[in-house]
Amino acid sequence: MTEIITFKPLFAVLASLAAGIMVSLSGGRPALREAWTFAGAAVKFAVIASMLPAVMTGAQLLTPGLTLFPGMELRFRVDALGLIFAGMASFLWILTSVYSVGYVRKLGEEKQTRFFACFALTLSAAAGLAFAANLFTAFIFYELITLATWPLVAHKETKEALSGGRIYLVYLLGTSVTFMLAAILISYNAAGTLDFRPGGIFGAMGPGHKVLLGAAFALFIAGTAKAAIMPFHSWLPAAMVAPTPVSALLHAVAVVKAGVFLILKVVLHVFGTDLLSELGFGLPLAWIAAFTILAASVMALRQDNLKLRLAYSTVSQLSYVVLGAALLSHSSIKGAIFHMAAHAFAKITLFFSAGAIYALERKTKVSELAGIGRRMPLTMTAFSICALSMIGTPPLAGFISKWYIGLGAVEAGQPVFLAVIGASALLNAAYFLPIIYQAFWGGGETAAVESPEKGPLAMLLVIPLLLTAGITLGLFFFPGLLLELAELAAKG
Amino acid sequence: MTEHFPALLVILPLLAAVLIPFSPAAVKRSAWHISFASAAASLALAARLAWETFALGKVSYWFGGWAPPWGIEYSIDPLGALLLLLTAFVTCAALSYSRAAAPAELAAERLPYFYSCMLLFTSGLTGIIITGDIFNLYVFIEIASLAGYALIAAGRRREALVASYNYLILGTIAATFILLGIGYLYMAAGTLNMADLRERLPQVYHTKTVLTGFAFLVVGLSIKTALFPLHIWLPDAYTHAPSPVSALLAATGTKVGIYAMIRVIFTVFKPEFNPSTVPMTVILAGLACAGIIYGALMALAQTNIKRLLAYSSVSQIGYIILGAAISNQTAMTGSLLHIINHALMKASLFMCAGIILMSTGAEKTGDLKGLGRRMPLTMAAFTAAACSLAGLPLTAGFISKWHLALGAVEAGLWLVVPVILAGSLLTAVYFWKIIEPAYFSPAGERRPVRPEAPAGMLAPAVLLAALGVALGLAAHFPALGAGRAAALLLGKP
Repeated sequence: MTEIITFKPLFAVLASLAAGIMVSLSGGRPALREAWTFAGAAVKFAVIASMLPAVMTGAQLLTPGLTLFPGMELRFRVDALGLIFAGMASFLWILTSVYSVGYVRKLGEEKQTRFFACFALTLSAAAGLAFAANLFTAFIFYELITLATWPLVAHKETKEALSGGRIYLVYLLGTSVTFMLAAILISYNAAGTLDFRPGGIFGAMGPGHKVLLGAAFALFIAGTAKAAIMPFHSWLPAAMVAPTPVSALLHAVAVVKAGVFLILKVVLHVFGTDLLSELGFGLPLAWIAAFTILAASVMALRQDNLKLRLAYSTVSQLSYVVLGAALLSHSSIKGAIFHMAAHAFAKITLFFSAGAIYALERKTKVSELAGIGRRMPLTMTAFSICALSMIGTPPLAGFISKWYIGLGAVEAGQPVFLAVIGASALLNAAYFLPIIYQAFWGGGETAAVESPEKGPLAMLLVIPLLLTAGITLGLFFFPGLLLELAELAAKG
Repeated sequence: MTEHFPALLVILPLLAAVLIPFSPAAVKRSAWHISFASAAASLALAARLAWETFALGKVSYWFGGWAPPWGIEYSIDPLGALLLLLTAFVTCAALSYSRAAAPAELAAERLPYFYSCMLLFTSGLTGIIITGDIFNLYVFIEIASLAGYALIAAGRRREALVASYNYLILGTIAATFILLGIGYLYMAAGTLNMADLRERLPQVYHTKTVLTGFAFLVVGLSIKTALFPLHIWLPDAYTHAPSPVSALLAATGTKVGIYAMIRVIFTVFKPEFNPSTVPMTVILAGLACAGIIYGALMALAQTNIKRLLAYSSVSQIGYIILGAAISNQTAMTGSLLHIINHALMKASLFMCAGIILMSTGAEKTGDLKGLGRRMPLTMAAFTAAACSLAGLPLTAGFISKWHLALGAVEAGLWLVVPVILAGSLLTAVYFWKIIEPAYFSPAGERRPVRPEAPAGMLAPAVLLAALGVALGLAAHFPALGAGRAAALLLGKP
């Protein structure tokens, strides 16, 4: 494997950090402030995209390391998995920025400067995590994501927002400081290194230390609450008090994907699939993930608040990625990585739609949506496409990921998980299809009302969600690039 | 001249301390200048000595030219050098902070005596660190303690007197225990020089005399360091003392107590002295763990900011003792690093609390609403220092707690690891109680008299907090220094 020394990953991290700083310095001038956000997003995406050709050839891009003290090194290394996560997050940041400008201005949100600055900071941390070369760097940026998103969750500064923010911090910081840090300590003591290595870091010592490694693995999983595996999922519904662009980009893409990304990293680059299957740690995790998939879907059924229903749907969908990783077979991991992206594009569309409905019609409840598809046809068409992708119907991206995860379950000799995937598809249909039906065909009113989807601000809301819905569709017909990257990543 | 630096380091503040109260009124007016000059000179001397110590490995000074077992020896090893530098630095910071803070909390005619006591206190601490003679150690402990009682009593409320009195009673019991302990050791080994004791004691390790002496010393010093459950004097003392005193005491007073304890356990006795009848390390580690959790929970329950910081000290002292009790290379390094981290951060935190009190009159955690926008520098320093104490990555606190936790893992103490991590989490939670309203609540009715405190108060608070972040980023140097000091203590080359 070739290694290329470059500062590009560092630039990708610094681009949004610099944007965040410039945003907070230009608070008084909204136009300039937004220009910094777009500049940061564009530069960041360009830098990340420029690393694609090298990664596609199987090379790894490596920055020089900064050693804090022996064993603790800050260093970035770009591989296929990290590139997918960072590329997806930074691409969606551009669209979300467009959407956010429309959203916060339409609603006249206060403290917009803090909002955009924290957004940029979160993206910086997400890139840092995506490119982390070792557990120490990953841990720092993982925590930074929590800290940078907290002001966004508590943005409204109401009692409800502050209490949601507190739950957010307690769950995310609590689990990572107690469980993940303990897991990192154990790993360092056992392996003598914290570097992510294809095939794992424990090497020869593996099978002999089943209890120790089992404890470390369990602590890693419990410490990654961002993946929202039950019982560590409650922070995600609580975070829904945040403004919708936050729920869209952060709680459907950057934050939660950081969780499943780290689990994939732990499976592939800390333990290695061979060691995990030898020790038999995959199956228990797969069952926990299966339980989360089904239980969260049932909970989603019972939510009347649209954003909460989407949040529980996210909890359920995230566990598909965990399930794919836990099955430890080549196809299932490929499917899991594909699902990271497929779910991101679809779920961000659903949240964008929910936010557009709120900003333009002030409706938050599923029961209020009768007939909305006739007034907001563009939004609800995009919503429907992505809801179908969640269910896993072709010709949409969600089908491909479920196909590979299902294939992986058979490869792993655990066809029972096919039943889980099937049952979950039914449940997804049960909580999404009624919304679509009500939106287009429900409600009695026939009087032609003028569509709220008009005017420049409304267009800022609608165009991004049409684009993401288009990508969800496009990923089915042109999955080549993403599948190839997933293939590279799954190989380790 | 340079060879007399060790003696000068103790004598200089002592002289200045005695000079101020007995000088004419005209000189008294510049008491602060004299004190600060003396502290600055001490810092320069300490820096030079530390450099020499790290170059040579050890500096020894024979008082009056008398050779060690008979004369009093001053001896500085890397650990001592580290502590000397820390004490001198924090004293300078606390004095520069006092210039604006002390007149706000004390009557003008008391100020010269106040500065004099501060110098006396430092002089005592320096002596404790530097001396190689165990009876001399006791004398310096008494000097520092007496000055400490007076400093606490200078608080502006009547409760300060009660707090000081309680500390006086407990401190005197502690001093008696220490003196008794020294007596027993002298009885058994016939010498007072620490290095000499180290050579002679092993032959009599099994005797009850030595065991009793050891127990008296450890219990006495535990009171001085406020190790749980002997901490009861500390919360009142730190709460009611003037804020420069709280900063100085929290940063240096208890730390030097811990230093004395480490000296007794690892220098006077050898690490292998582990009486089978009393499993010393297990008891210390147990108490330290209990202290970590108890202090953090009590801090969580407080509404008075200074009292919250005081209980936080009880918790953090637990960390330091824990590392010493685990006593492997990694944990000991962590313990020494945490001494540095806690000293700098707690000093900064108490300074910030003093600034907030002076500018807004706010004493309670609930009074801080919206302060993050009104006093951005103060709250930034407070937040940075709190992050470092909680052990956030990229701060000094992460480095120390990482070493402590790794040391516990290496020693196979699986039950201790969750305590270390949970304590960190609780630290974050109790500081959160202050930081959240400061940044994320609409402004309360309290308006600061002026937007920020005078630069003289603000600068040391900000500088100390910034050091916490700087030491976390450039962790190589402190980790190296502490690692070397730890290796020497544990008897490794």
